Amino acid sequence: MDLALLWFGLVVLCWALFLVLEGFDFGVGMLAPVLGRGGAQRGAALRTIAPVWDGNEVWLVAAIGAMFAAFPDWYASALSGLYLPMAALLLCLAVRGVALEFRGKRDDERWRARCDAALAVSSAATASLLGAVVGVLAGGLALGPDGEVAADGGALARTAGTLAQPGALLGALGGLAAATLLGATYLGLRTTGGVRDRARAWVGPSAGVLAAVVLVAGIGGGLPGTVVGACVAVLGAAALAARAGREGWAFALSVAVQAVVVVALLVQDAPVLLSSTLDPAWSVTIESARASAYALSTISWAALVLLPGVLAYQGLAYWVFRRRVASDPVPT
Amino acid sequence: MDTLELARLQFAVVTIYHYFFVPLSISLAALTAGLQTAWHRTGRPHYRELTLLVGKLLMVTFAVGVVTGLVQEFQFGLSWSDFARFYGDVFGPTLAIEGMLAFFLEATFLGLWFFGWDRLPRLAHLATIWVVAIGTLLSAFIILAANSFMQNPVAYQVDPRTGRAQLDSFWALMVNEVNLVAYPHTIAGAAMTGGALLMAVGAWRAWGRGPTARGEQDHLAWRTLARLGGWVTAVAGLAVAITGDLLGKVMTAVQPMKMAAAEALYVTQAGAPFSVFAIGDPRSGGEPLLSLDVPYLLSLLAHGDPGATVQGIDDLQAQYVQEHGPGDYVPWVPVAYWTFRLMIGTGMLAATLAVLFLWVTRRGQGLVRHGGGLAGATRGVLAGRGSLRTLLGTGVLACLPLLPALPVLANTFGWVFTETARQPWLVFGLFRTEDGVGSGLTSAEVLTSLVGFGLVYGVLALVWYRAVRHLVAEDLTSRPVRTNGADADDGDRAPVPTY
Repeated sequence: MDLALLWFGLVVLCWALFLVLEGFDFGVGMLAPVLGRGGAQRGAALRTIAPVWDGNEVWLVAAIGAMFAAFPDWYASALSGLYLPMAALLLCLAVRGVALEFRGKRDDERWRARCDAALAVSSAATASLLGAVVGVLAGGLALGPDGEVAADGGALARTAGTLAQPGALLGALGGLAAATLLGATYLGLRTTGGVRDRARAWVGPSAGVLAAVVLVAGIGGGLPGTVVGACVAVLGAAALAARAGREGWAFALSVAVQAVVVVALLVQDAPVLLSSTLDPAWSVTIESARASAYALSTISWAALVLLPGVLAYQGLAYWVFRRRVASDPVPT
Repeated sequence: MDTLELARLQFAVVTIYHYFFVPLSISLAALTAGLQTAWHRTGRPHYRELTLLVGKLLMVTFAVGVVTGLVQEFQFGLSWSDFARFYGDVFGPTLAIEGMLAFFLEATFLGLWFFGWDRLPRLAHLATIWVVAIGTLLSAFIILAANSFMQNPVAYQVDPRTGRAQLDSFWALMVNEVNLVAYPHTIAGAAMTGGALLMAVGAWRAWGRGPTARGEQDHLAWRTLARLGGWVTAVAGLAVAITGDLLGKVMTAVQPMKMAAAEALYVTQAGAPFSVFAIGDPRSGGEPLLSLDVPYLLSLLAHGDPGATVQGIDDLQAQYVQEHGPGDYVPWVPVAYWTFRLMIGTGMLAATLAVLFLWVTRRGQGLVRHGGGLAGATRGVLAGRGSLRTLLGTGVLACLPLLPALPVLANTFGWVFTETARQPWLVFGLFRTEDGVGSGLTSAEVLTSLVGFGLVYGVLALVWYRAVRHLVAEDLTSRPVRTNGADADDGDRAPVPTY
């Protein structure tokens, strides 16, 4: 079996898991101040992700680490070519993680309100930046022969050139809509009371926006027709399920759409990992970027031993915190 | 500044900042686990209160460590993409395996621990915090193996076709002789940071100017915290010294230039003295204005033999020119010399304060502050009226605000020393720092991100400090025990332990 191909699959899997799991974390962060009336309800909404968000975020660490280990050139070109967007992403993730972790450490309404505001803004910014980044990576960068995006037109041109393209703008909008959809369906599934009731209203509109983004991407050639068709149908089903009060189905269908879109975007050019928009010969491919046979077999053994365990104990964490969180006072 | 200098500055800023929080997380995780175990075994309530407090300090510290650690994993690709291309085959697997083996464990089980008090069986809950503590120690080992490769490249070969390094043996990479001594040295340094923080907090609450303890029980808890922190700081201080000595010997063998720079030793010398301090230009020929030397000590430290010959900077420079071609292979000597001394000085000061504190508070005694402050206590002792204990107690209390910063400074000076004194190399003897930056990167981009990191990190530091200050000023007495109701979760506050 070709280990490079296996690792391409694993990198894609890590990205998909990260964008699904943190997708609803971002959505909950954005929706908590909107859906939560008062501090207790906002707290209840955030309590659904508080024990698990950090574990979810490690899938980003895994995705980047796997890219570095299995395809050093992919890692180097993708990160250096998207220097400023990636730096901005890291800053947004920093604000988000700290706001979420620190809000409960003080019994002070104003402190919490500030943390919640920072959390909502940084969650929205992270979700759209991630969407834009995935959109750009799917479309390719202006890689030169050394795998770098040259700064001919200056630093600003380097950044603007990567971000000012339809793929990035669609990705940003899609990322925002997908996070909202995942967050709303997750809150519907994980809370009781006011937050749960109000979350339902956000499923239809966010599914609609996401469907429109997927359609436009399909028309522009960014996604294959079968994927577009399937996603639009599943999004419709998710909206209907939410309306019918089938919260589990609404969430599962939303997860499926996010996963399918991410996988489709990342694998459609395979074996090209990151295409050069200047010359196809300069693209980063599975063959050109693969690590040595020894390095690949080392990380493969490590993954074989470790990843099942990771999935098991992360599953355990979700199972331990499976009970719905009450967003209204429980009569005693 | 050009792109290279800005990229180096940014790497230094984000890495040093990240490392304020890492050692604290490592030690607080183990200390939380230890305190909870003590409670589990004895059932004494003050251990429970302390477990909760130290656990909260761990949570806020870990959070900042996580979000700043993400930057570490990205920055080899962001600014140092040519380094990533050349050494990705060796370097990448360490980061990937660290993530899969250790970081998933830490992140997932810390969530399970903090929110799992009333959801997990008692023993399983205790196990979760131990898993976190073990995860942090595994993480540190693997990451230090990656750094040890930069100090002393092993377990690789250069692919003749691509000219890039290839990993030969992951095991050999892990058991790099530098890692085997740098790891215990680093962990001992980490233990000092947590120990010093707990000692300062406990002493501040038990005898200092902090909010007064609310009764016997609270006083006992703060005293226990302070003494625990004191023991950890003192024992870890001893371990730091022993492992530091071993690391110095290994470093003399693999990077003689670094240790020569640490001593500003320009001329190769047999029976070389250790310079305690020197002011003036120490370059060959020049006499320092003011200096203090301990004869033969450097030879003893470097080779374990007072008469051994220690290579000087000038000879090493000539040797490296022969080996690697023309160039300047001398690191920035004043920085190496002074960071090395400040590392030892701040670390030893923290350990000394801990030992004095433990002595003064032995056998149930407290810290006593002299009414006239440090000056009054000193006058008292000199006049033969006051007691030495009062003087020491007053002195330790006066040092409390400084105490948590001392090991942090020692860690920082240590890393600045070991990283800058390796220059001009990124991977010693193999890859120059100037070759690591990607060709497309511009100084404007690095400046922009540097300003961004600076602003956000500044705010994070302030928020972290305020949260910690708030947590340590709170009363220990726990809130009323909440019922174990299915839907009675209240906001995102952790449930208090109900068993």
